[in-house]
Amino acid sequence: MKLTRRSLLKGVAAAGAAGAAGAVYRRAEARAKKQPPPDAVAMLFDSTRCIGCRACMEKCKEANDLPPDRVRLDGVPYDAPIDLSGTTKTVIKLYQGSGKTAFMKAQCLHCVDPACVSACMLGALNKREYGVVTYQKNKCVGCRYCQIACAFNVPRFEWNSPAPQIVKCEMCHHRFPEGKGPACAEVCPREAIQFGKLKELRAEAQKRIQDNPWRYHPDVFGDTEVGGTQVLYLSAVPFDKLGLPKVGDEPVPAMGETIQHGIYKGFIAPIALYAVTAYVVVRNVRRGEAEEQEEAARKPGEGEERKP
Amino acid sequence: MDYTHWPDRLLGEKDPSGVSRRVFLKVCTAAAAAVGLPASAAEKMAEKVASGKKPPVIWLHFQECTGCTESLLRTSHPGVAELILDLVSLEYHETLFAAAGKQIEEALHESIRDNAGKYICVVEGAIPTKDDGVFCQVGGRTAVDILEDVASKAGLVVAIGSCASFGGVAAAEPNPTGAKGVPQILVGKPVVALPGCPANPYNLLGTVLQYATLGTLPAVDDKGRPRFAYARTIHEDCERRPHFDAGRFVQKFGDESHRLGYCLYKVGCKGPATHANCSLVPFGEVGDSWPVGLGHPCIGCTEQKVAFRVPMFSTVDVERLTPPGTYAPIFAEQGKITPLATGVAGLVVGGLVGAGLTLGKKLSAEAKREEHPEEKQP
Repeated sequence: MKLTRRSLLKGVAAAGAAGAAGAVYRRAEARAKKQPPPDAVAMLFDSTRCIGCRACMEKCKEANDLPPDRVRLDGVPYDAPIDLSGTTKTVIKLYQGSGKTAFMKAQCLHCVDPACVSACMLGALNKREYGVVTYQKNKCVGCRYCQIACAFNVPRFEWNSPAPQIVKCEMCHHRFPEGKGPACAEVCPREAIQFGKLKELRAEAQKRIQDNPWRYHPDVFGDTEVGGTQVLYLSAVPFDKLGLPKVGDEPVPAMGETIQHGIYKGFIAPIALYAVTAYVVVRNVRRGEAEEQEEAARKPGEGEERKP
Repeated sequence: MDYTHWPDRLLGEKDPSGVSRRVFLKVCTAAAAAVGLPASAAEKMAEKVASGKKPPVIWLHFQECTGCTESLLRTSHPGVAELILDLVSLEYHETLFAAAGKQIEEALHESIRDNAGKYICVVEGAIPTKDDGVFCQVGGRTAVDILEDVASKAGLVVAIGSCASFGGVAAAEPNPTGAKGVPQILVGKPVVALPGCPANPYNLLGTVLQYATLGTLPAVDDKGRPRFAYARTIHEDCERRPHFDAGRFVQKFGDESHRLGYCLYKVGCKGPATHANCSLVPFGEVGDSWPVGLGHPCIGCTEQKVAFRVPMFSTVDVERLTPPGTYAPIFAEQGKITPLATGVAGLVVGGLVGAGLTLGKKLSAEAKREEHPEEKQP
């Protein structure tokens, strides 16, 4: 009798949770696709124009006050980073394959719907004005969820620092008030990396492909990938060769955020679950008390019987 | 160069021309060295000249500015006087000849007849082909006729300058005279092309002196340019290359970065796509006397696909990345842990743990032994 009731109540709770999950799933399909802000800025990297001079890397360090990649024991700096790191926000990489070479500029892609922003539990990473993904060190606890969340392996951690921060390209937004764009785009001798309005650069990228179809891979990376990025890539070789993974058009936070936000939507599901649990507890406590009283009533009789 | 005050002019063995053998050998050695021939070539050159076998040169001018000749006149190792009077026998040259008109035409025909099959035909300028080539005529004959006539009996045909090599500025769009380079006219005949606007005279000297001395032609690339001068790009030997590698570019003509002598790529330098030795062999032996040295981007004058086609201040692709090994790979290499390393690490850790345990046991045993005597003493 007891067991049946308990399992019944369990069943009720489970049904409630399943209902909530179902609601979540339906909402997952309905989650509105995030759009870049109307004044969104962007960068366009044209791999076919890049000559690998690395002026951008040099200027990036200068503009962001970053230390050299390595310092030898005798104090001589050796600045030849091979990847993004706690001291490097952008790297020019070289793809060499079957007689073809292509340059790649690794940096933050400033997703329209960024995974790092979604993963950051304290809001240290934010999509700010012009759609730039920025970092606030005072809110960061160093959990590095952003590193795991990012589809492009961009945010890096200052492993060598006692008070480490996350390091990633922030599009030189600290220069915006001075009327300057990103330092890398400013120094590029060939406009291989360009800074401008997202809409204009998207059009420019399409135009270049149309004008010189023999020169480019037919797609622009960042138009639709992970819901769109504010750094666009043009290339002659497939993008996965340049280290840009095949990520699909679904934003990374879409599924996770939908489930999370769905469960807690209006706090209905948690309250319902709590109510059911509370009901079960109260019922059990009451029944327990009643049983104790019954036993207490019986005990004196039993004791008397044993005494003689 | 003035050798007159040199003491070895007095000491040296005199040859019939009045120039000492020693001085003459110096000229030959300088010429050989300047154009990259071995030192032994100087000896051979001197012998040939001494035996009166100076290579006859017939120099033709067509659609050009005479800049290549002017450039040649400014060489000093050897100087033009030594070159013309000692090293080669200049049979016909419209700019340098005192004679003119009928007189010089006769000299030309005479030389062709006398030196058939032996002379060197140097062509300066593009050849117009439109409207039967009426745009350039000398002595009533069109440039095409003269070229075909002279080149047919020549031992070596050299096209000096971009105009003669591929049409140059005369063939720039819309090319109203249908100008063409020598290799396009003399199809099938080997032509050594020495493009450049102007061509570096040392490249001509090298080619001519090698042919005259050794009887061979320099190794050439697919465009007929001698490899000794045109195998590498300007960019590879550029004096401003360190600025390129460090990402320091001239942003604007006349600004601070320009005054500091930074790399000119951003303002349109064609060096990375241009094959020539301008940065190695200065014009007129004056250091820096070439465009990049003077602060102007290379215009790619030795390249048919660049010069007078690509806008002067637009950038070009870098032909050869040097050195590609210094670039970060797309996927940064990650450290790998081999099973062997794991095993070794396990053994080390196990050993340490074992040693620790043994040490602990021994220490505690010792401590016990020490404690007991203390208890017994009082």
